[in-house]
Amino acid sequence: MPTLTINGKDVTVPDGVNVLQACELAGFEIPRFCYHERLSVAGNCRMCLVEMERAPKPIASCHMPAQDGMTIWTDSEKTRKARRGVMEFLLINHPLDCPICDQGGECDLQDQAMAYGFDRSRFTENKRAVPEKEMGPLIKTIMTRCIHCTRCIRFAAEVAGVESIGALYRGEHMEISTLEKAIDSELSGNLVDICPVGALTSLPYAFAARPWELRKTPSVDVMDAVGSNIRVDTRGRDVMRVLPRLHEDINEEWIHDKTRHACDGLGRQRLDRPYVRNDKGRLEEATWDEAFQAIAGALKGKKGQKIAALAGDLCDAESMLALKDLMRGLGSANTDCRQDGAKVDAACRAGYLFNTSIAGIEDADACLLVGTNPRAEAAMINARLRKRFLRGDFRVGVIGEPVDLTYEVEHLGAGPETLKELADGKGAFAEVLKSAEKPMVIVGMGALSRPDGAAVLHHARRLAETYGMVGDGWNGFNVLHTAAARVGGLDLGFLPGEGGRDTTGILDGAEKGELDFVYLLGADEFDIGRLGKAFVVYQGHHGDAGAHRADVILPGAAYTEKNATYVNTEGRVQLGRLAANPPGDAREDWAILRALSDHVGKKPLPYDNLGEVRQKLIEAATTFAAVDQVPEAGWGEFGQAGETDSAPFGLPITNFYMTDPISRNSETMARCTEAFVLPKQKATGTHG
Amino acid sequence: MALQDKDRIFTNLYGQFDWKLAGARKRGVWSGTKQMIEMGRDGVLQRIKDSELRGRGGAGFPAGMKWSFMPKDDPRPSYLVVNADESEPGTCKDREIMRYDPHRLLEGCLVAGFAMGAQACYIYIRGEFWLEAEHLQHAIDEAYEAGLIGKNACKSGYDYDIYLHRGAGAYICGEETALLESLEGKKGMPRLKPPFPAQVGLYGCPTTVNNVETIAVAPEILRRGVEWWTGIGRPKNTGTKVFCISGHVNKPCNVEEAMSIPLKELIERHAGGVRGGWDNLLAVIPGGSSVPCIPKPTCDSILMDFDALKEAQTGLGTAAVIVMDKSTDIVAAIARLSLFYMHESCGQCTPCREGTGWMWRVLTRMIEGRAEIEEIDKLWDVTKEVEGHTICALGDAAAWPVQGLIRHFRPELERRIVDYKRTHGKAAVSLAAE
Repeated sequence: MPTLTINGKDVTVPDGVNVLQACELAGFEIPRFCYHERLSVAGNCRMCLVEMERAPKPIASCHMPAQDGMTIWTDSEKTRKARRGVMEFLLINHPLDCPICDQGGECDLQDQAMAYGFDRSRFTENKRAVPEKEMGPLIKTIMTRCIHCTRCIRFAAEVAGVESIGALYRGEHMEISTLEKAIDSELSGNLVDICPVGALTSLPYAFAARPWELRKTPSVDVMDAVGSNIRVDTRGRDVMRVLPRLHEDINEEWIHDKTRHACDGLGRQRLDRPYVRNDKGRLEEATWDEAFQAIAGALKGKKGQKIAALAGDLCDAESMLALKDLMRGLGSANTDCRQDGAKVDAACRAGYLFNTSIAGIEDADACLLVGTNPRAEAAMINARLRKRFLRGDFRVGVIGEPVDLTYEVEHLGAGPETLKELADGKGAFAEVLKSAEKPMVIVGMGALSRPDGAAVLHHARRLAETYGMVGDGWNGFNVLHTAAARVGGLDLGFLPGEGGRDTTGILDGAEKGELDFVYLLGADEFDIGRLGKAFVVYQGHHGDAGAHRADVILPGAAYTEKNATYVNTEGRVQLGRLAANPPGDAREDWAILRALSDHVGKKPLPYDNLGEVRQKLIEAATTFAAVDQVPEAGWGEFGQAGETDSAPFGLPITNFYMTDPISRNSETMARCTEAFVLPKQKATGTHG
Repeated sequence: MALQDKDRIFTNLYGQFDWKLAGARKRGVWSGTKQMIEMGRDGVLQRIKDSELRGRGGAGFPAGMKWSFMPKDDPRPSYLVVNADESEPGTCKDREIMRYDPHRLLEGCLVAGFAMGAQACYIYIRGEFWLEAEHLQHAIDEAYEAGLIGKNACKSGYDYDIYLHRGAGAYICGEETALLESLEGKKGMPRLKPPFPAQVGLYGCPTTVNNVETIAVAPEILRRGVEWWTGIGRPKNTGTKVFCISGHVNKPCNVEEAMSIPLKELIERHAGGVRGGWDNLLAVIPGGSSVPCIPKPTCDSILMDFDALKEAQTGLGTAAVIVMDKSTDIVAAIARLSLFYMHESCGQCTPCREGTGWMWRVLTRMIEGRAEIEEIDKLWDVTKEVEGHTICALGDAAAWPVQGLIRHFRPELERRIVDYKRTHGKAAVSLAAE
């Protein structure tokens, strides 16, 4: 714990911090451009120069480790002169185009020029101009504005793990370049955030809005089961952009490109009024009352076992609770929130959670991935794994399809056989797991959403026990979900009740005509054709697969349009907030179900406001009471011993950019799909 | 009292003798090398410290102290890297050493490497030095064959390898940490210090980077004794030095002379005097393009060593004496140097990247006088904003010549500006749009 004197004030700082951090801890702001806490130190902008006693020259505070007895001056004449000089150099070749720059209003250079710069320019030569660069469908470049801080280079190489950005040439001709290739990384959008100036800006957001006209709402993301913390920026009813919000234990300060850029899908193909299918088989606009009447009519005289409900991947906990209560009121036990047929089992909470926690990955010393591609399924978790990998001594084994995860992995095998063998303590990776103090295993939906999923889960549990992954203060068993709704649904028991059907049972039943009525709560990710002749109600926000098949459509709210609870794959309860009202007649989902309950069943649902729903949620599962916490889940029996199929584990996500109704309707995601996923089309003679 | 022939180290500086092993041996190279190693690591180190040998690459850092920074008992391998990327304008001393006396360098590599506990030596040679690289490689092959280096080098029981690596001709790769980056296969950009190379150098291992001449003279100090070496020159500025005299002299040359020789004597004795006589002298850049120039009155009495030149607000640098007579357009000359630094700036840190271009542009206008009087102060201010604020010394090197110009030739700059205004009218100073 070194003690320094900063501006005459003695401060004791933790070991390992640099002078810049020490100054911040002492309450003195140090301007900087190239320095970023989560990236390696480049020390090249020279903005953070401070005066150190006994040093002949000012020192770069971002790079100098804080040592005992240092005397630092952050506001001396020498320091101020150095900063003013650097500021002036940065500005001489920076265009004065702030009025048309998308970074305007949230620009580090702008802010620091106000605080530390000259009030006029002494530069009378011509300014440098740099040609724009092609960086793909998400990043717009105005390279004349670049101040060469190299944050983008370091981010791409260190956090994103793609060596696709570099600097060409030298001296004042230095240019940041990707060699005219799109940056093929799911984290590329963060480059825009870390660029301190307007050189890299968001292409879909180009010239769309100014930061001061946006209303900023803190919320959580639902594009995957990680629950990244986001800030939703809205203007009027439109979501203009989504930005990351700092959460050290989840996404740090990054988000992936789907979280960030799928938001334009919120404005397309929206269900903004109820529809009822008429006699001619056409969907016709209806009032809420007509829609409810139609549903009540369809349910009239139906027995409980003829009724079923499926909840989709983006559902909030409140609406799932309301639907569950409604279905139970109708006497139906046929409810399931696992539309992909994942054989996770609610018997033991630790059996379906990411128990290690995302931040806990950094403590692990070996990892086994089973049937998962975290880069596509949970990019933020993959970034954490990479972060851990870069620290060294972290071997990663993969059972399943080999994919590029941006770090080194050892491919052990393709299917359950390898898993079984490893669980028996045999195989190439056994030594690694045995010698590791804190080993972890991540079981993905590729391994669990198959008919023998329960047996795979059983072997995974056996493996965790074989290698002592579960013990005091450490639980290395992890299930990686892909749906934001999944853990919430499991927690509150949106599962088949006593004698009820699961997803497979419901679809089989509907196909065979054993079910007459299926309620889809935002459920689109299954074979809609298997619903047979059943009467289908679709409640959701997008005219996606489910809505096309529906007999009655009830327009719900998307995640940015409701105050709702989500539970991420770690079991962390988080609250999403209403950033903009739902379009047209659409309503918050739990409220729709509450209103429907007035028309069907014996008695209405027993809650009239959000507070009361949440009270019921806590009654259903006490974990809902602790927001933003990861309580330890007790270990127990889960999975089912049984025969496994020798088929290799698949991967649940084939196109990272389109996984749900929102991203499927996003133009930006379509462009990304074209650029990164679809095979490149050959240019024909008519191409430009 | 000029240096006598018997005290010269580089006896084949002009290439009149055989540069290969046999010839080198005749001149005393590789004699008693084993005895030097038998002095032990501390013995060699102490002698070099006592000799007050200062680095010949420009900064003049005491070599013995630098070598002693190398950690002992470190599990990592350690390296000696010889900086043969001689690119400083005006300097051509290392070139001659490598071309005509490569074995002297190799012997130095072995002795110096032993003193710092290095397992191997990398010689990073400038890409343009084709012939020199050929000679050096030939010498290395000879030395391996003769058992002078490699396993059990000189039968001393010490294993030592020497590798030659050719650079690609970037000036910045002569900066020690940029050199290490380049040697590792990366873009030649200086590293942040600390950590210094002695702690974290080549491939993350302890490394010392020294100039060719520094390494090449070390065995001779051990062979002839510290007293011999310290008897030449002044205290703290001891020994002999190869001076490169170029520019407006009658006989430009490289010459090995005693440190602290008066500049006037150096030029008149070895370079045949200034073109048109001593009184025709305008200014001298005494240590390669990076140091500020000194005007004639200073040149009359200045001694050529680190401390004397520092007092005169310049530096010995690489001891490349660039002589300019009164026919020189001093502003154009310094502007050309500015262009060089702009071209060679690596672009990593802000002041150098932006400042070098700015200085060059202003100076270019000042050649004609197309500027304002106040801009001289602005230019001075810009040099001060670059100096001392950069990662490596290239920023300083770019700023100093300009500072020297303003310090000594401000009246000339003002005269040109006034003349230009008189001939072109006041409005003629065209300023670019903001």
